[in-house]
Amino acid sequence: MQLTFHVQGGDFTRAGDASSQVKKTLKQLNIDPSVTKRVVVALYEAEVNIVAHAHRGVITADIDPVRILLRLEDEGPGIPDIELAMQRGFSTASAEVREMGFGAGMGLPNILENADRFHIDSVVGKGTTLTIAVNLQPCP
Amino acid sequence: MEQQAFHHALKIRHDVCTGCSHCMKVCPTEALRVHGGKALLYPVWCIDCGECHRVCPTRAIVVEDDDFKDIFRYRRRILLIPSIFIGQFGATVSRREIMDILLHLGFTDVREAEHSVDFLIDEINRYLQTHEKPVISSFCPAVTRLIQIRFPALVDHVLRLKQPLEVTTEYFRQWYARQGVDPADVGIFYLTPCAAKIASIKAPVGDYASPIDGVINMNYMYNRVLQERGKELPATTHETQVSARGMTWSLTGGEVRHIDGKGLAIDGIENVVEFLERIENDEISGVDYLELRACDESCSGGILTPYNRFLAAECIRLNAQAQASANDAIDEYRQYLSGAIDVGQIRPRSMVKYDLDITKALQKMEKARELKRALPGVDCGACGAPSCEALAEDIVRGQAAVEHCIFIQTRSEKQGLLPQEQAIKIMEKIWGKEKIDECAIRDEEMKTYQTERHIIK
Repeated sequence: MQLTFHVQGGDFTRAGDASSQVKKTLKQLNIDPSVTKRVVVALYEAEVNIVAHAHRGVITADIDPVRILLRLEDEGPGIPDIELAMQRGFSTASAEVREMGFGAGMGLPNILENADRFHIDSVVGKGTTLTIAVNLQPCP
Repeated sequence: MEQQAFHHALKIRHDVCTGCSHCMKVCPTEALRVHGGKALLYPVWCIDCGECHRVCPTRAIVVEDDDFKDIFRYRRRILLIPSIFIGQFGATVSRREIMDILLHLGFTDVREAEHSVDFLIDEINRYLQTHEKPVISSFCPAVTRLIQIRFPALVDHVLRLKQPLEVTTEYFRQWYARQGVDPADVGIFYLTPCAAKIASIKAPVGDYASPIDGVINMNYMYNRVLQERGKELPATTHETQVSARGMTWSLTGGEVRHIDGKGLAIDGIENVVEFLERIENDEISGVDYLELRACDESCSGGILTPYNRFLAAECIRLNAQAQASANDAIDEYRQYLSGAIDVGQIRPRSMVKYDLDITKALQKMEKARELKRALPGVDCGACGAPSCEALAEDIVRGQAAVEHCIFIQTRSEKQGLLPQEQAIKIMEKIWGKEKIDECAIRDEEMKTYQTERHIIK
């Protein structure tokens, strides 16, 4: 099953809509709550990244009985140094974004922590694509 | 993910129910449908919040309480009253008079349900030091059940300590035993402002049995007090033993103001749901304690409270000003009950929307999404389900048919796919033959309402 969401850069009032919908879906499928929580946290961080940094983006969530595959493709500035961006506390967020309680530099590290697979593709000046996979069966 | 029957304090009287669907529209877990002209309850999804009872115009939703006569099975008949009860009378009946009447009606002792609050505050603050935040209060049983069903990921945040009513009951059981009263003679009854408390007594959440012997409906006792009022009754002696903190505990904000750390008080079931969604998403940090109550104005808005909830709360706040700040019995509580008020494990009671098998669940969900796109999205309720989404889910579960949708029906009739008699039968099956027949207007009258303007030929 596939869900698709469109995200507008700078629209903080709607940041979290996609993760809320995905959460609702996983709950209705009776996915283990600890797994659902990891998916929601990873997706929320990635969704906020699009809102805070990019112009716009498309999120797709592909759910099969084994795993959920999230793909977040944005049009935006891209990430010049992915290794640096992955460091805890590193952030390029503007002062305004930080004032709203975002941009603490925990987004990408948090996604990595909650994902079973995580991949970043980025082209400076064009955009970034994140691929996040989470296994739906909890680890024994 | 269990699917078993649960005790519910709310029952639908099908001899009274007219199938008006008011209840179906307000249920926070979408546990109600209309079929055969009557409201139907999916018991596994019901949390006993009583929102359905509140809106029922024919009083077809009733609360199953215990028979008042049950109290006479015991020699010592103890009534535990919540402070909310005294608030029901405003300034019209004095506390003294209320007590005299309760004792005259057959109780041998009246005690305050919130007697244990001062002890409990210390226990909660100690609990907070060692548990993951935010800790969610388990004071409101409807909220605890809501979390079990709709927010299973949060069950570990629910406070696993017994609530004032239960701790007070255990204290007094021991107290009477110490006074030399035979425990078999002691019957402890609770005067309840809501259905959720009844459910929590008959079927507690956790691994323990409730220490309470029976439940009396507050509406019933309110009427009894008013009926007996003004009669010459022998004066009794009754000292109020509850502290100011205990007296205001069940009002909104009653818990959080005594909790160490940052607390938030939220009342009203919709507000609670909205906040729990955010907690579940990890969007909120820095909150230590959440006091969540299903009813607006907390227990003074309970479904079995007759008086205006704002005036009742105000009355209780005024009464509390005259009370001591802490209860004298706190040392005894510490001595006898410290460390002994754990409720054990609280388990999720997830709603199985589609199937326990994920492959089947995904297939059904896919179908439901497809169906939902075909439905009009107006949530009119004419199909007997609370929303188009709920109807789509019911269809894939085999509990409804797509022709139940009045829009689909009209379209099918237009296309000649559904004979008119069939369409009528469907509506009669949902709403009952009587309801369709009742809508009859005499032919000549009908004409006066039908104007060219409104009928498109």
